[in-house]
Amino acid sequence: MTKYDDLIEYLLRVGDSAVVKGQRLCEWCGNAPALEEEMALMNVGLDLIGQARNWLDYAAELIDDGRDADQLAYCRDERAYRNLLLVEQPNGDFAVTMAKQFFYDAWQYHMLQGLVESSDERVAAIAAKALKEVTYHLRRSSEWVQRLGDGTEESHQRMVAGVEEVWRFTCELTVGDEVEQRLAEAGVIPAPEAIAEAWKATVSEVLTAATLTVPEEARSFYLNGRNGVHSEHLGILLAEMQFLQRAYPNATW
Amino acid sequence: MQPGKGTGSSERTDMAPQGGLIGSDLGAREGTQDDVQRAWTVLMDVMDPEVPVVSVVDLGIVRDVSWHNGHLHAVVTPTYSGCPATEFIEQTIEEALVNAGFDNPVLKQRLNPAWTTDWITEKGREQLRAFGIAPPVGSASKRSLLSGEDQVNCPHCGSEHTERVSEFGSTACKALYRCNDCLEPFDYFKCI
Repeated sequence: MTKYDDLIEYLLRVGDSAVVKGQRLCEWCGNAPALEEEMALMNVGLDLIGQARNWLDYAAELIDDGRDADQLAYCRDERAYRNLLLVEQPNGDFAVTMAKQFFYDAWQYHMLQGLVESSDERVAAIAAKALKEVTYHLRRSSEWVQRLGDGTEESHQRMVAGVEEVWRFTCELTVGDEVEQRLAEAGVIPAPEAIAEAWKATVSEVLTAATLTVPEEARSFYLNGRNGVHSEHLGILLAEMQFLQRAYPNATW
Repeated sequence: MQPGKGTGSSERTDMAPQGGLIGSDLGAREGTQDDVQRAWTVLMDVMDPEVPVVSVVDLGIVRDVSWHNGHLHAVVTPTYSGCPATEFIEQTIEEALVNAGFDNPVLKQRLNPAWTTDWITEKGREQLRAFGIAPPVGSASKRSLLSGEDQVNCPHCGSEHTERVSEFGSTACKALYRCNDCLEPFDYFKCI
């Protein structure tokens, strides 16, 4: 995997995570439990694709090798994707989807709050716009986690299983690597420890309100989404998402 | 800051005057305050595609109109990051300006400060209500981020007895509500 400057690496992490999360959400189209839910999931997905475009536009300009945001999204292989492992995990049932969404929303929310203060004006501008949208996402996913967790016996069981299913992938949300440390020292992004603390506080508050047990902190393991070492699920997702551009390069309509 | 540019819209740079000589720059001329004023008037008639009764000016999407280097420049701020109407709106604005006689107008996207519903004019809010969409309640800058929704009144009968059906409605900018008195469902323009 090509290594870029720290800022580009970071833009790809945030942008790729939003692309993959948006694509996963689209899989619910036509399958959601209720029409209103379907509209909500698609709207969240749309917000994320829009945010991804803003991040990847900037990344493409900095990479400056002739590729644009579309080419970054549609023509990079799995190994070149920097997204979080959490967002590439399959949707599972609605509880798994909401567990993933909630952990991701809480991470985005606290990260974006810090990015609004970024020393990089473009990053701050994109973050300010995204934060308004993500605030809505977080409120909604928090409500669902509580409604299911503190609901019927069945919904509670499903929510417990949902949290259990994806919890191990949350290590990437709470542990910064050297790229992030350097960017934080330069004032471009908030300190990873600060995001981690705020994330843990939000997660603990909502899980507790949902009558769920807060699991022990997830520890990192051999996979590493931020460095392009993904679980087996990302390749399949990209194969579907990228098919058209791969089969008919530069197709437009 | 460089304006965020939409993918697939790189042709937008082609609209900038070509060549270094003003003499070769087709349609370039000195603009006046009247031209800028007239451009604002033209844009007052460009409607949002999703809410065809409210103009892009009243929605607060057009941030600035000015004259530079022989051409009219318009600055627009998109509503939501993923709003699929953004490119269509920009295209419509450009067409309206060209049709009004402004040669090669230059459109720029500005992300910062981020668009807020606080920028929707009083007139725009009235038009939303008349169209059957409840306008945003309160001020986005004053609300606490995770607070619940404010009281949203039914745009049809004015009743306060309404309930939220879904946080998201037919487009990203709206939530779905229902009136418990007249029983009509309605869209609420979210306050962000």
